[in-house]
Amino acid sequence: MSGLVQQIHDAVHGQTQPTVTVLSSLLAVEDALGYIPKEAVEFVAGFSNSTVNNVWAVASFYPNFRFEPPAEHLVEVCWGASCHLVGAMGVFKAVLDASGMADEGDTPDKRLTVRFNTCLGACSQAPVMSMDHHLAGRVNPELAAKNVANLLAQDGHAS
Amino acid sequence: MPPSFLEIGLEAARRWHELTAGERPWIRIGTALCGEAAGANAVVAAVESALESQGVSAEVSQVGCLGLCFAEPLLDVMLPSGHRVFYGNVNPENVAEIIATHVLGGTPVTAMALGYITDPDSDAPVPDGIPDLNQHPMRIWENRIALRNAGNIDPLDIYQYVANGGYQALHKSLTNLTPAGTLDEVKSSGLRGRGGAAFPTAVKWGFLAGNPAPEKYVLCNCEEGDPGAFNDKNILESDPNTLLEGVIIAGYATGASKGYIFIRHGHDGPIERCRAAVRQAQELGLLGENIMGSNFSYDVEIALTGDSYVAGEETALMEVIEGKRAMPRFRPPFPAAVGLFGKPTNINNVKTLSYVPEIISRGGEWFAGIGHDTSTGTAILCLSGALNYTGMVEVPLGINLKDVIYEAAGGIKDGKALKFLQTGGPLGGVLGADNIDVVLDFEVLRAAGAIVGSGGIIAADESTCVVDLTRSLIAFCQYESCGKCFPCRMGMSHLLEVLERICDLEGTDEDLTLMRSIGENMQAGSLCGHGQLGFNPVSSALRYFRPEFETHIVERKCPTGICTMPRFSPALSRR
Ligand SMILES: Cc1cc2nc3c(=O)[nH]c(=O)nc-3n(C[C@H](O)[C@H](O)[C@H](O)COP(=O)(O)O)c2cc1C
Ligand code: FES
Repeated sequence: MSGLVQQIHDAVHGQTQPTVTVLSSLLAVEDALGYIPKEAVEFVAGFSNSTVNNVWAVASFYPNFRFEPPAEHLVEVCWGASCHLVGAMGVFKAVLDASGMADEGDTPDKRLTVRFNTCLGACSQAPVMSMDHHLAGRVNPELAAKNVANLLAQDGHAS
Repeated sequence: MPPSFLEIGLEAARRWHELTAGERPWIRIGTALCGEAAGANAVVAAVESALESQGVSAEVSQVGCLGLCFAEPLLDVMLPSGHRVFYGNVNPENVAEIIATHVLGGTPVTAMALGYITDPDSDAPVPDGIPDLNQHPMRIWENRIALRNAGNIDPLDIYQYVANGGYQALHKSLTNLTPAGTLDEVKSSGLRGRGGAAFPTAVKWGFLAGNPAPEKYVLCNCEEGDPGAFNDKNILESDPNTLLEGVIIAGYATGASKGYIFIRHGHDGPIERCRAAVRQAQELGLLGENIMGSNFSYDVEIALTGDSYVAGEETALMEVIEGKRAMPRFRPPFPAAVGLFGKPTNINNVKTLSYVPEIISRGGEWFAGIGHDTSTGTAILCLSGALNYTGMVEVPLGINLKDVIYEAAGGIKDGKALKFLQTGGPLGGVLGADNIDVVLDFEVLRAAGAIVGSGGIIAADESTCVVDLTRSLIAFCQYESCGKCFPCRMGMSHLLEVLERICDLEGTDEDLTLMRSIGENMQAGSLCGHGQLGFNPVSSALRYFRPEFETHIVERKCPTGICTMPRFSPALSRR
């Protein structure tokens, strides 16, 4: 087994909850690898007695799945209504500018992924963003740009 | 053999006494998602390092949310046999002083204190020069039922829940009430679902109870994808056992064999805290075979979904637990006949189930005495946007919405004027500032074109543009349409196209009529509420703000200028 397939195997077989499904297996792979490689789609199909076609249908439906290795860091900006009404667009613009991007996606050097999030769950602290899954509320464009710069100054991988 | 409930209770009381009346001070820090976003993790780290460097021994707990999110990070200190003194907007730099002066020195740092809350078991005098936090505008209107423990107990410790009366309702049901008797209490409470549709809970439970199948399920819906609503996640983070007890009682009343708590993947705080509650309940025999020595056996599992708003729709939710795409099913058959894995199923919201323990403990009549007409009990409101006091309050239904905004939430920030409220999530609606003098009641709000929904209330000040917000809400609805029904899939895209055009100041005279006809088609031709209610944001905005739309279209002007600024929404290619 290749290293990647071994990791997929361990993630899928490591599920401890009684109800194991195509979706739960995909979520387990995403937790372990940060993305769903083609090998995982095939593995989950075999494991779940399903088809590649069906597993792909599920995986491609949920926007939290990505299909190539994650960039080093992840910045998410909430565009939910609470955040929108108190300045999320300005925050998003600042994040894009600070990362040299025109829209959400990965930077060419794969140091950063910028994503929208429909609600980060801390609406009372709007506008909210997150850096490698750590929430920061009450941000403004200046703070947001600083947060991105701080993140890029770090080494390591998005968890 | 698990311990008996009596043994659990004694152990819980012993631990609680040691915690509150023992030798060591107790420091609590709110680290729900709201706390985290305000910087609470840095405060926890600062507390731990200050305790260590000053050589102080204290109990430190990470609790959920007290509701006063605007004041987070929120830390409180309770000296042995004393009262709780709260510090708001705590900066990690101030922590060393709080530890030295208050925790070690025994004197609260009055200048930094937000308020105190008295400990009912303490006869110590209340601290001088510090206000009573229960007199804070945000707390004065409250009647905490589902949130009674939120921010007070450690959500990771089931014994703290038991010490505060937890699992006594389950014990009462299992030993004194039959399943039918339990259902009767819920019926007399008048409890209605808090997931959006406000359907009578006892009626729904009755459908499942009446189905004789041996395998039946109770599902708790914590998808909570509504931007602006965080109360479900917050209950899971603050007091997961209240919910779990409700899920178990629902299983008993309906004769179900298993419960599922359904949460969106990625919200680690709520998931971890809920998992801990289930694990501890299993260890203590509050889940599993023959619970509390009765002949009722029941277990609860946590199931996760990927990002999908429609996954919160009850039939789509069952598809997701089965591992499929989040797309709704045809009804009939209804879930109580054919549900999860083809078995009869009941679905309730987190808040709905979290009321159940207190309803059983105190009786349905007691709950029915709170509220307004057939809207009984409380509303758990998430207050966000341009408010002075953002956060979460549990207030009796029947309260005037104006009081919620201008009193409890302290009015609009920076001395600005309120322009509108957006309530009930993206499928809810807006209420113009002149129309918020209404009582909070499921029917009254619906008649006003907004809904209570899941309890999200977002305030927008005069600097915002209602056309822009409507566009953003429809962008959300378009992005989240699961694609199964084409009137919703195409309709949302079409609506968004029209709204983008209006925001670009290129709208035409026909656009408002066009949107209405798209909306009518969506309503008539969609399987679930996403398409059926998806026109609400537009229709309610038009109801109160038609002139503002017309200004965009006819005068080609956005009065606030918002529509001329850069705007972003997720790449359409993501779906
Ligand atoms: C698109 C859509 C999303 C929904 N999302 C949720 C949700 O996140 N949480 C929830 O409790 N109910 C949600 N609902 C309502 C559920 O379908 C269901 O009515 C509710 O969970 C029933 O619980 P209740 O009777 O306790 O209110 C949603 C409905 C629709 C149409
Ligand atoms: S709307 Fe932004 S965190 Fe909820």
